[in-house]
Amino acid sequence: MEDRSNIRVVVGMSGGVDSSVTALLLKQQGYDVVGIFMKNWDDTDEFGVCTATQDYEDVARVCNQLDIPYYSVNFENQYWDKVFQYFLNEYKAGRTPNPDVMCNKEIKFKAFLDHAIALGADYLATGHYARVRENDGVVEMLRGVDENKDQTYFLNQIPKDILPKILFPLGELDKKEVRKIAEQHDLATASKKDSTGICFIGERNFKEFLSEYLPAQPGEMQTLSGEVKGQHDGLMYYTIGQRQGLGIGGSGDAWFVVGKNLEDNVLYVEQGIEHEALYSDELLAVDLNWLVDRHLNEPIKCTAKFRYRQKDSAVTVYVNDNGTVNVQFDEPQRAITPGQAVVFYEGDVCLGGGTIDEVYHEKTKLEHLA
Amino acid sequence: MSHIYLDHAATTPMHESVQEQMTKVMQNHFGNPSSIHYFGRDSRKLLDEARTTIAKSINATFSSIIFTSGGTEANNLAIFGTAYAKKNQGKHIITTSIEHHAVLHPLEQLESEGFEVTYLSVDESGRIDLEELKNSLRDDTILVTIMSVNNETGVIQPIKEIGELLEHQLAVFHTDAVQAYGIQAIDVKELKVDLLTASSHKIYGPKGVGFLYKSEDHYLRQQLFGGEQERKWRSGTENTLAIAGFEQAVKVLMDEREKRKAHYQMLNETLINQLNAQSIDFNINGDLTERVPNIINISFLGTEVEMFLTNLDLAGIAVSSGSACTAGSIDPSHVLKAMYGDNDKRIYNSIRFSFGLNNTKEEMKTVAERIKPIVERLKNL
Repeated sequence: MEDRSNIRVVVGMSGGVDSSVTALLLKQQGYDVVGIFMKNWDDTDEFGVCTATQDYEDVARVCNQLDIPYYSVNFENQYWDKVFQYFLNEYKAGRTPNPDVMCNKEIKFKAFLDHAIALGADYLATGHYARVRENDGVVEMLRGVDENKDQTYFLNQIPKDILPKILFPLGELDKKEVRKIAEQHDLATASKKDSTGICFIGERNFKEFLSEYLPAQPGEMQTLSGEVKGQHDGLMYYTIGQRQGLGIGGSGDAWFVVGKNLEDNVLYVEQGIEHEALYSDELLAVDLNWLVDRHLNEPIKCTAKFRYRQKDSAVTVYVNDNGTVNVQFDEPQRAITPGQAVVFYEGDVCLGGGTIDEVYHEKTKLEHLA
Repeated sequence: MSHIYLDHAATTPMHESVQEQMTKVMQNHFGNPSSIHYFGRDSRKLLDEARTTIAKSINATFSSIIFTSGGTEANNLAIFGTAYAKKNQGKHIITTSIEHHAVLHPLEQLESEGFEVTYLSVDESGRIDLEELKNSLRDDTILVTIMSVNNETGVIQPIKEIGELLEHQLAVFHTDAVQAYGIQAIDVKELKVDLLTASSHKIYGPKGVGFLYKSEDHYLRQQLFGGEQERKWRSGTENTLAIAGFEQAVKVLMDEREKRKAHYQMLNETLINQLNAQSIDFNINGDLTERVPNIINISFLGTEVEMFLTNLDLAGIAVSSGSACTAGSIDPSHVLKAMYGDNDKRIYNSIRFSFGLNNTKEEMKTVAERIKPIVERLKNL
């Protein structure tokens, strides 16, 4: 085996099975592996114990099993400023933010990468399901081979020039294999449940959490033609296409959130999962990040994802002079949501992505989408 | 790469003679000292000998030594034991803002139970002001607890002067002497302390044992209820093995204390000289004269403590700073905050080095050489 003992890899370890196996694989490959736990959120439970304790203990157990050093780093301030404030601002603006995308952009692949480099790291590794490949001297990011777990959607905002410094060992595996490897090596986290939801909210009630930071302003639920259908608890609690929690009775099809009017504090609802107000054929995206070198003056025929774990849709991307893009869909799409990411692919190669800002149907901006 | 241990204020390796003594005790003496038979007496003898040696080491009487599981338990016993025994005479306690958590957290608990605590401030030297103590004393002050030597800075508090000040007061005087015991000659009569805490694993003895000195005329409310061990002040079968190891560590300490001090002083000076020789920007935190030679707290300009500590460990240098939260990340030191305020850079760039018997002059040179490139790298970020 190639001697890699002088190549230092810092692994971001969360205390979950994915990052545990990441560290294991790199150790097996002979690297000088250092495990680092990121503490991004200051939270203590009713007994005054910080909730990150259990996860850190799991990191410590796994690292001891692997015989690698482990440390912790505190990014609470950066996370608060760069991720949480963005998260609150987007909700205030009536949009649905994606804190995972922002966390990867600002924390894991920026502050944490800087930290790793300051520790003398040659590479930064994480347990993301994605691949980095060198192709003709160009380094590209590809989807993970496990289609169901592919996380390139969340990685679309990381800068292209750091890709040569990134390792994603899990990109070649599917989740079942990862669990199996963890079990075979009896890792302390082998049977640990995957975390769900947004990291800082954890298993808590989302509504309750948000209400601690943003004042809820209840208002009317109306159809697009102005018929009042009830009360909503605050616009921030709802997302486009949502069915649950509206509490509208009566006969006929179920009711869905189709839009928001921030000015009048009105939540628009309509009947039927396929209601036409939910459909659009074009969007405007901002804050574009490109992961490939392209001549961007020609329309790009590619595929796109508008939310995580969705199947790709065929689109044409028109790059505007100011760097924003207009994305035209081959087929109308349901519940395109401002604030979420749109991510472009060519085959398995992730081209980059942006933030959905405006949504159009037959060249008319859908104003009800805020 | 060699690993260099400079964290002796956290814990020390066991002295070779301690290991030998404990092995002997482990192999030959297992009885319960409370038993009335031969095997019990056999262990009782060890226990009595240890108590005699340790009492002598601080000029105390045999019966004033209460063995505990360590410094934390001794501090808890001193604080809760005094507070609960004296609560009818008053509920006011005085301490400092730079105590160890094993003192601060019991006091926080007492505050939640209705006791009132005054936290004396320290200046940039890390020393308290006796006038402030004088002015804080009240008719209902039942306890004053002030550490002898600070575990983060090595700065010494004027224990004797405090003892004199409190001599004719209602308040009981406790000092946490965990960091002092291995360095300073302690005479409880001269210091006029009523309660004093010490720990074995800071002086090359085993972990899991320490003692509380309690002057015989002072009454405590016991915290552990059970058998009548330690004259009922601390129930539970005595940890004879660890206590015997502790005794051996104290014996060596008494013989070598002055020699050790000189060794630490040499290491301390060498490190400073070597850091200077490497042209590293640093400042020493706390008083430059009223300090023990085995602990030094240094602020490194342009570094950030968490990243610095990690880098040092990866470079084979084991040191520490402040206290780690349960999730491993470093909270800024409450001691340095008390000295410098909440916004001073030194809170975020300071490291504690604590020297030990086995450290060498050559190691100090190596340490400075390894620190140099790290400081340069962090500065250029």
